[in-house]
Amino acid sequence: MTVNKWTAATVARKVIDNEELFILDVRNADAFEDWKIDGHKFEYLNIPYFELLDGVEEILPKIPTDKEVLVVCAKEGSSVMVAEMLSEAGREVAYLEGGMKSWSSYLEPIKVADLPNGGELYQFVRLGKGCLSYMVISEGEAAIIDAVRFTDIFTNFAKDKGVEIKHVFDTHLHADHISGGRHIAAETGATYYLPPKDATEVVFDYTPLNDGLNVKIGSSQIDVNALYSPGHTIGSTSFVIDNQYLLTGDILFIDSIGRPDLAGLAEDWVGDLRETLYTRYRELAEDLVVLPAHFMIIDELNEDGTVAKRLGDLFKENHGLNIEDEDEFRSTVTDNLPPQPNAYEQIRQVNMGKITPDNDEQTEMEIGPNRCAVR
Amino acid sequence: MKITKTLDAKGLACPMPIVKTKKAMDTINSGEVLEVVATDKGALSDIPAWAKSGGHTILEQKTEDDLLYFYIQKA
Repeated sequence: MTVNKWTAATVARKVIDNEELFILDVRNADAFEDWKIDGHKFEYLNIPYFELLDGVEEILPKIPTDKEVLVVCAKEGSSVMVAEMLSEAGREVAYLEGGMKSWSSYLEPIKVADLPNGGELYQFVRLGKGCLSYMVISEGEAAIIDAVRFTDIFTNFAKDKGVEIKHVFDTHLHADHISGGRHIAAETGATYYLPPKDATEVVFDYTPLNDGLNVKIGSSQIDVNALYSPGHTIGSTSFVIDNQYLLTGDILFIDSIGRPDLAGLAEDWVGDLRETLYTRYRELAEDLVVLPAHFMIIDELNEDGTVAKRLGDLFKENHGLNIEDEDEFRSTVTDNLPPQPNAYEQIRQVNMGKITPDNDEQTEMEIGPNRCAVR
Repeated sequence: MKITKTLDAKGLACPMPIVKTKKAMDTINSGEVLEVVATDKGALSDIPAWAKSGGHTILEQKTEDDLLYFYIQKA
């Protein structure tokens, strides 16, 4: 039987299209427990590769013959070995090219909306890490919000669309992933904006992203309005695009809310988080479509693979927006928080420009789920 | 600690450090110690997990100048 090689893009399509897949994950049990390829209709078997060195006969009965089988490991090597053993045993299987490393890096651009006069709004879904980046396109110009570190994806996308990147924003100083924002700006000549309250320690030049800042994209002047919305960090800023879309950064997600502790100041910022979620956002139109900077679980994806929901619906359904008692809210977002993202302190240092790890080190830092939320 | 055998797994990528470690272990006797020198960071979690699954004991583990050393006593 042949051994097939699948790219992360192939697997991403299966996640988005809700296809069935059987994943044989041959990493350590700890690594699998911590982080895996999530799909609505995926089934899993986790057996570390080193338990299969003497052969795969024992696990053959557990591997279905009536659905596609993908072998996954950290980087690729072990999954190739196991896939070949299964192939010799008469099974047709595939392995994931580049392993979980490439899964962590893959971005799928999905159109969220058409904007007036031919404009478009794209969400770049990083399925393996749960990061969401955005590009607003209008008449030859583009703005990017919360770009991840794979700058080529964004600059090439802009090239394909024939647009010039004029503005690059980060809603806050990220702690779970490395920002590509200032590198895209440096490469394209765009302006790079960062909230000044998050930027007190950064070692590069930036344009302050202040409350009420307004930029217009293209000659039809698609509005991008900044709204100060602290709580996840003290500088966290949201955007309202074309009076229809609310980019919430890491403050509000579909099924959870932002955590206030990643910069070490949970007790101080919980009041800001409360104010943003229960006062500032309440003053906005309920018909705004919320577009967050992350998703945590695959159930937050819509049928087309986007992560988006009406603000009014979130006011009804999101548990974090429905905690009436302030003390209870305070304890929800400060006690029993989930573990922090992998290497989050180092990642903050990278995003401040204080350290410049090489590509492999950056990949290593970003391994694992994002964990920016409280549910 | 008396080292019976040393395995040079430097520069090898996963799964080879474990594959070679297993083969080397097959050549020594129960109670003897195998030294493994590797560079692949995956070995940091994989060698202890593999040793545990086979009942072997990691007597010592250290990192020096990007080299990972493991001292495994055969079960």
